[in-house]
Amino acid sequence: MLSPADIVTLPFDDWVNAFVRGWLVPNFRPFFRAAQVPITSVLGWLEAAFLAVPMLVTTALFALAAWKTAGRGMAIFTILGFAFVDMIGLWDDTMTTLAMILTAVFFCAVIGIPAGILAARSNLAWRIMRPVLDVMQTIPSFVYLVPIVMLFGVGMTPGIIATIVFALPPIVRLTNLGIRNVRADLIEAAEAFGSTGWQMLWDLQLPLAMRTIMAGLNQTLMMALSMVVIAALIGGGGLGLVVNTGLGRMDVGGATAGGVGIVVLAIVLDRITQGLAERSGVRGASLRQTLAGFFRPRATAPALEAEKAG
Amino acid sequence: MQDAKLAVSHAFKIFGNDAPAVLKLLRQGKSKQEILAQTGATVGVQDASFEVREGEIFVVMGLSGSGKSTLVRMLNGLIPPTAGQILIGGEDIAQASPAALRRIRRDKISMIFQHFALFPHWTLAENVAYGLKINGVPRESRHKRALEVLEQVGLAPWADSLPSDLSGGMQQRVGLARGLAAGSDILLMDEPFGALDPLIRREMQMELLNLQQTLKKTIVFITHDLNEALLLGNRIAIMKDGCIVQIGTAQEIVTAPADDYVAAFVADIDRGRVFTADDVSSQPTTIQLRQTSVRDALRMMEQGGAHALYVMDGERVAGVVTYQQLAASEMDPSPTTTLQDALITDFPTVDASTSLSELYGAAGSGLPIAVTDERERLVAVVEPSDVLAHLSGDAVAAEALANKEQANAQPR
Repeated sequence: MLSPADIVTLPFDDWVNAFVRGWLVPNFRPFFRAAQVPITSVLGWLEAAFLAVPMLVTTALFALAAWKTAGRGMAIFTILGFAFVDMIGLWDDTMTTLAMILTAVFFCAVIGIPAGILAARSNLAWRIMRPVLDVMQTIPSFVYLVPIVMLFGVGMTPGIIATIVFALPPIVRLTNLGIRNVRADLIEAAEAFGSTGWQMLWDLQLPLAMRTIMAGLNQTLMMALSMVVIAALIGGGGLGLVVNTGLGRMDVGGATAGGVGIVVLAIVLDRITQGLAERSGVRGASLRQTLAGFFRPRATAPALEAEKAG
Repeated sequence: MQDAKLAVSHAFKIFGNDAPAVLKLLRQGKSKQEILAQTGATVGVQDASFEVREGEIFVVMGLSGSGKSTLVRMLNGLIPPTAGQILIGGEDIAQASPAALRRIRRDKISMIFQHFALFPHWTLAENVAYGLKINGVPRESRHKRALEVLEQVGLAPWADSLPSDLSGGMQQRVGLARGLAAGSDILLMDEPFGALDPLIRREMQMELLNLQQTLKKTIVFITHDLNEALLLGNRIAIMKDGCIVQIGTAQEIVTAPADDYVAAFVADIDRGRVFTADDVSSQPTTIQLRQTSVRDALRMMEQGGAHALYVMDGERVAGVVTYQQLAASEMDPSPTTTLQDALITDFPTVDASTSLSELYGAAGSGLPIAVTDERERLVAVVEPSDVLAHLSGDAVAAEALANKEQANAQPR
């Protein structure tokens, strides 16, 4: 049978090698090395903080957050889950993983929310971003692990960068979606009163899209968690490393212990952020109100009502 | 015109590509349908020209798809016109830069929407203060102003509620308050009462008229409801297929529809609400109580074909006498019979602005209705038969027919 390969064969792999090894790495290595400094610092602070705070205090804080956002059952689960992780000797690894994930999510939000806003306001920007996000979401992460190691080296920070690449799309997509879904008549009203683009963004679009943006943050968080083990392949520590070590030694028990730690962390973080997302949607409260309600002593709907009446 | 607050001249809006070519086709007299078939472009508004005077309610009436919503959005530049001029205080909206447009929207022109478009995450006070917030007014003073305006529309107790806590009618009051609080002179109201149920709609119409008496805003009011247009509008523009087919007062539009389309529209409106005593009254023939004998009065009635006459006592209306009664009293052998004996002092009076629908009752007595001014002087009378004729439209039709015949007769 005739096939295109009989006529032309493309050395695609050579091209990529030439581009990455021959041009990108020699020319831009210092740039990429410098670019990871902020990530390294944030990770350093977070990890130091989580490791410094006693286990009981951390558990109490997480249980409180779970209670406020997801109810009493979730608070009990948090206490039991964290206690179990501690008892199987993985507390420090869990805190390292938590620091990594929060760092990755933080940078995803810092990059992704503005990117999503840009995508929502400019069809051109969205047309460019969309295929990039599609590639980021579908390309197997092993493919970009190698160039990341070449550019950034081995360690926690490159692991976080790989996590960011993998976990960024949902927050961009959902920020874009949330803003585009703000009712057209409200946008028209804001325009009719002469508001500027920024005023419209702060007054209307961000508050009304907050619920969707929070859902995006939740998705990003979950995807970051699922990268923990893969990031450990290039030097990311924590629970991912525990799982990988177990895998390497055919140590079912060790791998399972690491896996349980990841699952506990995933459930707790998921429920807390979902609760936050739901709150930000209730009666369209703004982020400020949501956060204020979060820190207020047992401030649920009745308390708000009472405040109004008084 | 000097007191035109808002002047639109030859404004066009074409949705689709190649607007200049479409404009050319329009100027050649092609219809909206032909243009759609030929170029795929939709003509939203064609050649709209009108002026809105300071302090008037200018109603734009048309069915859905007639271009009225497009037209009103052109007035504040939400939809930029394809051609033409829209002047607000000497500035052309069609040519304004985005910054100038924002300033005009902040300072000169506010809008009220059919579906309220209140911001669901803000309290009523915050919603009402929106225009001020955009304009950089500090929080304290804009909150104060918002409360004042909420007081005006009767919603002060709900200042801290969210819009979702309110009924539709109340939400639209907030929409109105938001428009008023911005402090602009011109209000654009895009079918503001269209989404409300009939009773609430009626209440809101009355409230708007009440507010307008003190506020004297310049209002462009969009509606598809002719009765609403006739009730609220100082002047009314009727739109069809993107064109303004007629501009006039309610009475002008009902009595002299510009074409069959308008005529079909006004055919089944409640004429009783459009016309007032002023429209059906005629110059009164009066007699003086003391100087006129019964015999003279009877003769006057026979000559004029009247069945009743108003009797004046000096400047004052003394009463009314009917032919029937006078004739009966003349039969009476007593030679001293005067008008005084047959005088009916319990006669119906109205003022010139009373609507015809309120004249039914008075017309029922069979006596001519006295139209008096604020100092109780007789200015006109309304014959009961004229009230009914006007309500049925016969008088109008007859008048129109007479005009037509006159016009036909003239060339010869």
